[in-house]
Amino acid sequence: MEDLLDVENKRMADSLASKVTRLKSLALDIDKDAEEQNRYLDGMAGSGCRGGSGGAMAAVTTGSGAGSGAAGSPEATGGSTGGGGWRRPHGPLQRYYGPSTAEAAEAPPDPTDINGPHFDPEVFMNKVRSECPLGQLLAREATLGREIRALDSDMQTLLYENYNKFISATDTIRKMKVDFRHMEAEMDDLAANMAAISASSARVSAALQDRHRRGAQLAGVQALLRKLQALVEVPGRLRRWAGTEPARALRCHARARAVLRHYRHLPSFRAIEDESHAIMADLAQRLRTRLREEKLDPKELTECVEMLLQLEEPAEELSEEFLSQAGARLEAELAALEAELPAADPSGTATTPPPPASDILDFVDRGSSAFVGTLCQLAGSYRALFGGDTGRLEPFATALATRYFALLERRLALERGLGDTSLLVRALDRFHRRLRALLELLPAGADAAAALVARAARERVDRYLRALQTFFLGCLGDVRQALAAPRPPGKEGPGLPDLLATLAASVLGQLKAVLAYVQLFTARDVAFASLPYFKGEFCVTAVREGLVVAFVRWLCRTARGFADGPAERGAPAAPPALLLLLARLCLDYENSTISYILTLTDEQFPPQDSGPAVTPGPALCAEARAAAQRLLDHYVQVQGAAVAQMLRKSVETRDWLGTVEPRNVRAVMKRVVEDITAIDVQVGQLFEEGVRRAQSSDSSRRAFSVYSSSRAPGRYAPSYTPSAPMDTHLLSNIQKLFSERIDIFSPVEFNKVSVLTGIIKISLKTLLECVRLRTLGRFGLQQVQVDGHYLQLYLWRFASDERVVQGLLDEVAASAAHRCLDPVPMEHSVVELICERG
Amino acid sequence: MEDDAPVIYGLEFQARALTPQTAETDAIRFLVGTQSLRYDNQIHIIDFDDENNIINKNVLLHQVGEIWHISTSPADKGVLATCYNKTSDTKVMTCAAVWRMPKELESGSHESPDDSSSNTQTLELLCHLDNTAHGNMACVMWEPMGDGKKIISLADNNILLWDLQESSAKAVLSSSTALEGKGQLKFTSGRWSPHHNCTQIATANDTTVRGWDTRSMRQIYCIENAHGQLVRDLDFNPNKQYYLASCGDDCKVKFWDTRNVTEPVKTLEEHSHWVWNVRYNHSHDQLILTGSSDSRVILSNMVSISSEPFGHMVDDDELSDQEDQHQEDKIKEPLQDSVIATYEEHEDSVYAVEWSSADPWLFASLSYDGRLVINRVPRALKYHILL
Repeated sequence: MEDLLDVENKRMADSLASKVTRLKSLALDIDKDAEEQNRYLDGMAGSGCRGGSGGAMAAVTTGSGAGSGAAGSPEATGGSTGGGGWRRPHGPLQRYYGPSTAEAAEAPPDPTDINGPHFDPEVFMNKVRSECPLGQLLAREATLGREIRALDSDMQTLLYENYNKFISATDTIRKMKVDFRHMEAEMDDLAANMAAISASSARVSAALQDRHRRGAQLAGVQALLRKLQALVEVPGRLRRWAGTEPARALRCHARARAVLRHYRHLPSFRAIEDESHAIMADLAQRLRTRLREEKLDPKELTECVEMLLQLEEPAEELSEEFLSQAGARLEAELAALEAELPAADPSGTATTPPPPASDILDFVDRGSSAFVGTLCQLAGSYRALFGGDTGRLEPFATALATRYFALLERRLALERGLGDTSLLVRALDRFHRRLRALLELLPAGADAAAALVARAARERVDRYLRALQTFFLGCLGDVRQALAAPRPPGKEGPGLPDLLATLAASVLGQLKAVLAYVQLFTARDVAFASLPYFKGEFCVTAVREGLVVAFVRWLCRTARGFADGPAERGAPAAPPALLLLLARLCLDYENSTISYILTLTDEQFPPQDSGPAVTPGPALCAEARAAAQRLLDHYVQVQGAAVAQMLRKSVETRDWLGTVEPRNVRAVMKRVVEDITAIDVQVGQLFEEGVRRAQSSDSSRRAFSVYSSSRAPGRYAPSYTPSAPMDTHLLSNIQKLFSERIDIFSPVEFNKVSVLTGIIKISLKTLLECVRLRTLGRFGLQQVQVDGHYLQLYLWRFASDERVVQGLLDEVAASAAHRCLDPVPMEHSVVELICERG
Repeated sequence: MEDDAPVIYGLEFQARALTPQTAETDAIRFLVGTQSLRYDNQIHIIDFDDENNIINKNVLLHQVGEIWHISTSPADKGVLATCYNKTSDTKVMTCAAVWRMPKELESGSHESPDDSSSNTQTLELLCHLDNTAHGNMACVMWEPMGDGKKIISLADNNILLWDLQESSAKAVLSSSTALEGKGQLKFTSGRWSPHHNCTQIATANDTTVRGWDTRSMRQIYCIENAHGQLVRDLDFNPNKQYYLASCGDDCKVKFWDTRNVTEPVKTLEEHSHWVWNVRYNHSHDQLILTGSSDSRVILSNMVSISSEPFGHMVDDDELSDQEDQHQEDKIKEPLQDSVIATYEEHEDSVYAVEWSSADPWLFASLSYDGRLVINRVPRALKYHILL
């Protein structure tokens, strides 16, 4: 219990201590307030005597009233509220000096906090009464009583100090009132003096006004006199200057003219005017003669016309004269340019015009510096002279520009050869740049000029296309020559692959070179390359379509021409090797070259998105492939026809009835095998092997021999057993049911085997048809048997499917048996023997 | 518009020679000559019953040899000419003769096609065309519009014009001419033009086509290198007098205007082997029939160079034998040149194709294995041409 009390005591002692410190700081605050109020009142007393206004007094009285109210209220409330009352009197003061509301917000409202703003005496009393023991209550009451007393005494001292200050302030204000009264009287004096001064000054100025007016009049008269003097002098000056310095005379006249015209009703002025008029008319006359007769350079011309204009000569007439003068001059320049061109040849029969004296760049240079420069200058001065009215200038300039364009076009047409494209590009560039200046004056010419440049570029591209074509034909000629050249027996000529590689490489190289040349037209530093035409249409229409695509198309067409053309009568047919070579070339184009070329072109000449439609690569590839296919088919037909022709003649010319027993394979068959072997080698140089139907060579040979020895008699037998004429048909028909139909002249694939199969099919089918047209004797049949076996022995290896060879040869044998009067086949072993020996 | 299926007839022997019975205009009848070295050769008279789709055949024996070419008289149904091989041990000679068939077969005996081989009848020989001095006969042509008195035969390099006298019992060589030139020249085929009052013929030898005037026996035009290889057959356009079709070993069919022979008017390249036969339809010359050793028969529609490039002018005569037609004069857009159909019923080389002389919409083709196929022009096309 004692411990508890002790703790409580300590807490109370602590809170009291803190309260004391707070009171102390409060007292300090009050002291500071008082000091400041004193300073304020002192300042007011000082200013009040100088300003002398009654308002200041009122402020002081309100201030002191508030002060006294604030001071008085604590006494009224202080006693009744007891312990908590000390804080309230401080409230108004605090509000007056800007209290810190922050302080109020800091602590949570605690009605028991005696120093807090929410202090509730009732609650506090209840709390204290219920919580504290009696002793403590007593002690607290005593403490509070002490505190209140101390506060009261502080208040009183403050009140006294303030009161003293109010008194001294009232004294000062009273003194000030007296001083103001003095000052008013002095101000009245000053006003009276000022009125007197202004009255006297008005008098003085009234006295001086008259004199001033007369002075001004005199000055005006003098200026007029000087002007008159000048006017009188005008004719003299004019005369003096008219000869030497017409421009100065003109300026002088222009100044005088208005005045003279105004006062022309006075005789003396009229005389002057007339005289100067006469002089000026004379001057105008002279200027006109000069304008008409002399050769003036553009600057002089402009000056001359300008002066005439100032002389108020009619503008219409002048502009006409100006233009005719300018026209003459420009004509002269055009004529000078034209002189460089060879005379136009109306008949167009001139063999080769002499090479132009200077290169195109030089020509364009001179043309633009002389003609275009002058034209610009003249057009500019025309505008300056005759204002914006260009109704007459435009047709004039257009006509001249058109003639200039025509001249340039003629000059460009002279650039026949492929010459130096960079030179041409530079020339065109210069032309275009120079022209731009003119075009600002003459918008109508822009299209014509752009069209001219575009035409020139297009022309050049076309020429490149033709050059490429010529080059390709030249290459082809070389290849033909190389193919036809007689080979020395020991030495092999260049192989087909070499020829193909050379041809392809040189054509591609040439194409690339041409592209590089053409690219100059779109180089960044060339002014006209920024024209929309060169950005879009030129790249696509001219270069991609007109040059690259056209060349590839032409190449395919030309190649096809070798297959299509000479099949009719006329030109000597192309050698088969050339057909083969071209077929391979077209195939290579289809596989890779076309896409390469197109990619290259698109890189160098990027196509515009919205540009005209382009030929897609696949379409070109398809064309190339079609050409390749056509060429290869034609190759097969040509070679097949050659072999077939040999076979046909050999069958047709032989007497098959009266022939002797075969001892040998006929020479023509050996020749056929040789030829086909040669073809095999030739095709093998350029085309891949291709796929055969899977059958090993051993088994196939065995199959044939087995078939021949065991089945062949069976096949021949029915045809000469009289009892069963139907059997042959039955047999052959049944056999045909199971074999595929063979298309003889059918498209081949791009490989060696397919090509060879095509040729062999054509040859053997011919043999079949020819044998059917003949009637054979016994030995004739045996000869066919031998020949067939020989062919079988050597040809199967070339064909993709040896069954094709075998089937055809079987049919030949069967037909021969049919066509035989005495069908006794040879012993198979003998046939083999003969074949192996041959 | 179902098209009738083709009708197929098989001969026992191999055969190359086929002809319609030219003088017959009512019944559909073809004559086929066989080739057999070891048996008696035959001439099959094949009647086709269009309504029932039935073939009736009669067989005539032709014992003198295998038949390479056959043709019928345009005036007398019973008269025909053949070129046949006469073989001895060491020699083969192609001869020609004019024959008459038994009377009862002229108009076809419609007996049932039972085993008629037992009572085969024999041809009656009218006369031989003596060719001992002229070489092998390639073909015999009858004067197309004539009375069956004039025939021309081609023998090696000779053109022989014969007059048949005394009811064809005697053939008198009235004129002849020979083709002279380097090497061994040999006519392969010929046609007698129905135009110009039947005074022109065309012949083929090697790659050349020649036209001749039968009055003077002089050459009137010559198409050098008409084909890249041998020319196999010719035919005249029945309605356009200067138009001529040719075919050959270069797998092409070419159409010529004989007034300007430097370039063909048109070229067809549809076959994949030699084209052995080309025939204009007798009434509608846009229909071209070709047979080839690729075993195919192709029917082409060459409207652009026909006499009816803008469709058919309605003609009562031609309509009379058609089923009821609407005679509407509709304006049709011209047809395009095209292949109408490719017939693949054959399995061996087709050496002969012929239109029927009676029904312009029907044709026969003959392959070496003895298969005769009778086909019709597709109905859709037929109506398109007629309507």
